Amino acid sequence: MQRDIQPAFRDALRAGHLPPGITAADPSEVARRFAVYRNNVATSLGQALARRFPVIERLVGPEFFAGLAQVYLAADPPTTPVLAEWGAGFAEFLGGFAPLSGWPFMADVARIEYARGRAFHAADATPVDLATLTDADPALLRLTLHPSVLVLRLDHPAVSIWAQNQPGATPLPLPQGPEIALILRDPAHAVPVAAISSAQAAFIEALLAGATVAAAASFCPARDPVPQLAALMARGAIVGAHRQ
Amino acid sequence: MTTLPARAGLGFKPQHFDAIRQDPHPPAFLEVHAENYMGAGGLPHAQLTALRQDFPLSIHGVGLSIGGTGPLDDAHLARLRLLCDRYQPESFSEHLAWSSHGTEYLNDLLPLPYTSGTLDRVSAHVDQVQAFLGRRILLENPATYVMFEQSTIPETEFLAAIARRTGCGLLLDVNNVFVSCTNHRLDPRAYLAEFPMHAVGEIHLGGHDAEDLPSGPLLIDSHGAPVADPVWTLYAEVIARIGAVPTLVEWDNHVPDWSILAAELARADGLLRQVGRDAA
Repeated sequence: MQRDIQPAFRDALRAGHLPPGITAADPSEVARRFAVYRNNVATSLGQALARRFPVIERLVGPEFFAGLAQVYLAADPPTTPVLAEWGAGFAEFLGGFAPLSGWPFMADVARIEYARGRAFHAADATPVDLATLTDADPALLRLTLHPSVLVLRLDHPAVSIWAQNQPGATPLPLPQGPEIALILRDPAHAVPVAAISSAQAAFIEALLAGATVAAAASFCPARDPVPQLAALMARGAIVGAHRQ
Repeated sequence: MTTLPARAGLGFKPQHFDAIRQDPHPPAFLEVHAENYMGAGGLPHAQLTALRQDFPLSIHGVGLSIGGTGPLDDAHLARLRLLCDRYQPESFSEHLAWSSHGTEYLNDLLPLPYTSGTLDRVSAHVDQVQAFLGRRILLENPATYVMFEQSTIPETEFLAAIARRTGCGLLLDVNNVFVSCTNHRLDPRAYLAEFPMHAVGEIHLGGHDAEDLPSGPLLIDSHGAPVADPVWTLYAEVIARIGAVPTLVEWDNHVPDWSILAAELARADGLLRQVGRDAA
């Protein structure tokens, strides 16, 4: 039975030593050759993380991000070849990453970026017609929101920070205090991020939890759900309407 | 099942969606990486669904780890089957390499020793994939940078044995041949003379980078540069010998403007049409 090379090869990709049993035409160069694999793994995964969290990369700078990515990779490596799904733990990791403790909003920005990726790949669903809503009794009407819709309650003004770090954005004074993000994928496949009020968040969360429109409207100013429903309709976010 | 046309195709990149559809000389087929289309919906599927109407399709997996020691990932296999069922590609291909260890995905095509033991294991994995997907797959020769002391079987013989045992086809990456042979100080023409050409269902052409080592060049399969002249020469020799084969130009990193890709595509297609004329 031949020795299985794979465990030692994998360990050496992360460490400074060489795995046993590898060779090259000129054996004195085997370290340089093995370094190609080590570099491919580290660089390609670092770049994958940067594609997933471009605002974090912009905020900390590409050089710092490259090093940060290697620390994260060691702590929470991908467990699937679908790299779009990697990084669910990055926000929490950033929250505990001592060199960034002076920038406590980083974790919230990462939450937004991860959520945007999920929304980008979420299942498709066709928006309903306006008539479906106007014809129905709000006390009996329950809505299905688009699978991409997500409300994120954040500790920091991370929606504003995210928006100001988009290409071409103009810097504005940052608001103080927490923000709530509404993330969804629109019919053009774009994934905008909007800061919403706590009343708007409560309304959407109630709909997501299966409340009737009338019940969810208790969170709306003057119990009027129409402005909020119109905003959701405009973004293609209402994809089902059910009368009980 | 239909097959890919024996013309030049291109690895699809989302930023070229409009250019591909507007070009008067579009690619003869498109190839995508399976793992980029494993989300539930959104833009990737919208684009691929639209393109699928007009183009023959090759789905190329990079994450199945067929050369790995452990069992294949059932969840990943299931997603591959879903993708193949959804798009009914003319071809599905994967690599003679490993890319996962345990549950950890390493995102590189890592090398394996060529022994009777690894031959049994890889053949069993290919059998499993073909049975699960209900289709014949193509297996690609790797670009390698190191060799293993325990290897006893030449790579060409190893690939021929897998094809013979499993009935799979082979994806001949001519750039990988040039990279590996240069790195291991072997003659790429000797390698190609031994390659089981009867099983080749597709050819890949990509670019590589080079470093200088004391003993000579170290080539790296980067997919981030034009196809090198020696690779074009080897490619022309291969198709002169075996006839026109579906040929993919792949450029995955530092992806250039459409016009540069279109020129690479036209060069490959010109060589293929030349072979067609010579054979006629």
